[in-house]
Amino acid sequence: MAAITTSAPAVAVSPIQQGLKEAFYAGLIAFGLFVLFIGLKTDQNISNELVLVQRWGLLATVVIIVMAVRFLYVAYALPALASRKAAKAAAPAVAAEPGFFGRHFQQIAVALLFLFPVIAISLSGLQGSLKWIDNFGIQILIYVMLAWGLNIVVGLAGLLDLGYVAFYAVGAYAYALIGTYLYAVLPPGYAWMAFWILLPAAGLMAAFWGVILGFPVLRLRGDYLAIVTLAFGEIIRLVLINWREVTNGSAGISGIPKVEFFGWFTFNVSNPNYIAKVFDLPTSSVYYKIFLYYLILLLCLLTAYVTIRLRRMPVGRAWEAMREDEIACRSLGINTTTTKLTAFATGAMFAGFAGSFFAARQGFVSPESFVFIESAIILAIVVLGGMGSLVGIAFAALAMIGGTEILRELQFLKQVFGQDFTPELYRMLLFGMAMVIVMLWKPRGFVGSREPTAFLRERRAVSASFTKEGHG
Amino acid sequence: MSAATAMSDTPILKVDHLSMKFGGLVAIGDLSFEARRGEITALIGPNGAGKTTVFNCITGFYKPTEGMITLTRRDGSAYLLERLPNHEIPAYAKVARTFQNIRLFSGMTLLENLLVAQHNKLMKASGYTVMGLLGIGGYRKAASEAVDLAKYWLEKAELVDRADDPAGDLPYGAQRRLEIARAMCTGPELLCLDEPAAGLNPRESLALNTLLNDIKDNTGTSILLIEHDMSVVMQISDHVVVLEYGRKISDGDPTFVKSDPRVIAAYLGVDDEEVTDVLSEVGDDQVIEQLDAEPDRAHGPADSSSMMAGSVSDTIAHSDDYGERITVSPSASKARQIDELEARHKAAKPGDAKRGGDK
Repeated sequence: MAAITTSAPAVAVSPIQQGLKEAFYAGLIAFGLFVLFIGLKTDQNISNELVLVQRWGLLATVVIIVMAVRFLYVAYALPALASRKAAKAAAPAVAAEPGFFGRHFQQIAVALLFLFPVIAISLSGLQGSLKWIDNFGIQILIYVMLAWGLNIVVGLAGLLDLGYVAFYAVGAYAYALIGTYLYAVLPPGYAWMAFWILLPAAGLMAAFWGVILGFPVLRLRGDYLAIVTLAFGEIIRLVLINWREVTNGSAGISGIPKVEFFGWFTFNVSNPNYIAKVFDLPTSSVYYKIFLYYLILLLCLLTAYVTIRLRRMPVGRAWEAMREDEIACRSLGINTTTTKLTAFATGAMFAGFAGSFFAARQGFVSPESFVFIESAIILAIVVLGGMGSLVGIAFAALAMIGGTEILRELQFLKQVFGQDFTPELYRMLLFGMAMVIVMLWKPRGFVGSREPTAFLRERRAVSASFTKEGHG
Repeated sequence: MSAATAMSDTPILKVDHLSMKFGGLVAIGDLSFEARRGEITALIGPNGAGKTTVFNCITGFYKPTEGMITLTRRDGSAYLLERLPNHEIPAYAKVARTFQNIRLFSGMTLLENLLVAQHNKLMKASGYTVMGLLGIGGYRKAASEAVDLAKYWLEKAELVDRADDPAGDLPYGAQRRLEIARAMCTGPELLCLDEPAAGLNPRESLALNTLLNDIKDNTGTSILLIEHDMSVVMQISDHVVVLEYGRKISDGDPTFVKSDPRVIAAYLGVDDEEVTDVLSEVGDDQVIEQLDAEPDRAHGPADSSSMMAGSVSDTIAHSDDYGERITVSPSASKARQIDELEARHKAAKPGDAKRGGDK
């Protein structure tokens, strides 16, 4: 005890003093780092000569921001964190009884999702809500669905798949090619069926390709598996680019028919059954977006429902057991070959659904949409959310896709950094930084714990320290 | 009735002329033994004797180079284990196993571990997932029965209080018991235990003996176990097979094995000096010289008896037919020295030494 008291610093430095000192050093380092990056800029003048533009004002702003943040962190945030930690250690551990919100979190979240278009329209008007429903709502939900699908392969079965976007492409091109053909061939009154036939068919086709990929990679694990799946994703993309007779190459396929509401009304202005005419509403493109929003929301809920059900079935438990220990699985009579293939196929099927939805929403598909970075983003969402956790993954998709979208909106930064500052250019940088910070703060993702699939007395979440990530 | 009694006479497991070679290394050479139904058969031997390799051959993790492994089930159907893929051995031949380095699903709860073990049964009940997903068929009933069976084995293993904890959170001894309970949930007729008492304290070891005897008496499951702990082997096993350098050197009931001079020399703690004393009485200096040489560790079996130390797939694939051929120096086998000694004593017979295990 005595040793502890004497080892404390003899002269207590107040946090404010310490903060000022550290802020000064941080400012010095920031200045040294950014003097060439930000302070000077090479540019072309009107006669195409290389000139050096000096941006001392911007440099000063950046350095001052760094100093201010460091000062606030050292002087206020650190002591506050320390005192909170001490208070937490001193207080007896009380089992926190979740409140109403905590207990009904999932129901509330689903209700909010269903109300989202209504809220968006009432806040920003019919045309103003277009951006929120389309760029945010639909876009995020597509990624939620893709990430939930990939979660089956990576999060549950523990098979690292870097080529997931290939199945998304299979679904999208299935609808773009076959759906367009069906739409033209079916008798006019039944053309609406094209999408509803192709939605499950695209899922099945993607599942089939999942099995095709699964077979050769069954023997591979870990890094080797990741590389081969990556190659598979690239092969599909290159086939789409080069098989011009069918896929129209990099020009892509346009004029993909819109989804129709079971033949009751359509979203095509020139069609006599146009929704605004049927319901006597003002003409607007927002109806189609709202319809698509609810469609993808239902598809997402289907994915979640199937995943939750599958986890409680023997096959879902076998996936998780395979992630934990494949050899033990084999010693218990589980056929790991078919178990892996079902994981690949099920994950791919949801990507196929999402792909055909994507084609219908865009009205245009091209190989550009199915590049490796898409696979990487989907995988990042799964990892960031916490492998295996549906809620965590949904939040990760919200943060990653919504976050990059919202960075487009940060026009006020122009007031801070000057008129020639374009926040859009920095969004990927900020996005990368945010990911690093989140992974430092929560190394196992937003929701690291695992929900057991069966219980004898009480359901207790399994801490992340016991679960394994799988090894391919 | 007579068919049933005839059935009980056939050994549950019959290993015939089993050989397993990794490249040039002979891990098991021409091993034959039987495990009788309803008994506990122990497989013992010094480190590197090839016990775990025998297990891996029986449970299909290795494909033996030569030999035949026949398992006869209670209903009389026979399976050639060396021909079955390894996940079919537990599923059809009803052989379950545990591992020397415990392999539990550490992130899953105890109950989930035992439910995974009932995979094949539940898979059928859920109509291969399709019916279960749609909520038709008897999956719900089968699932609750599976929970009941899991609960029964958790109670037997004295783990029912921790049913909802992750398996990785259990202490070592409890993990061993859980692994046995998990193997029993597959409904096996032959249970193979790879060093179940390793690392257990005496109290846990006693609890293990009780569990194993309970399994033998109440379920009729035959047990084959590898064990180093002699107190466990001598207390619970009905029949002991002793291996040294991949060859059988003794086979019989515990009291017989305990007094077999070759086993004593090879395994039960007679050190080199005592053998030397015996040899110098005969005056065989050449053998004494050879005795000083250590067994060739670099090429012979390693110190660890575990062939499963790494992942199995890592070790399965490494054998090739063209590997260099290394034979362990004959002087390394102490059992063979005893044989040679006997041969010399008799002196009447020609000098070729009997091979270990051909008693």
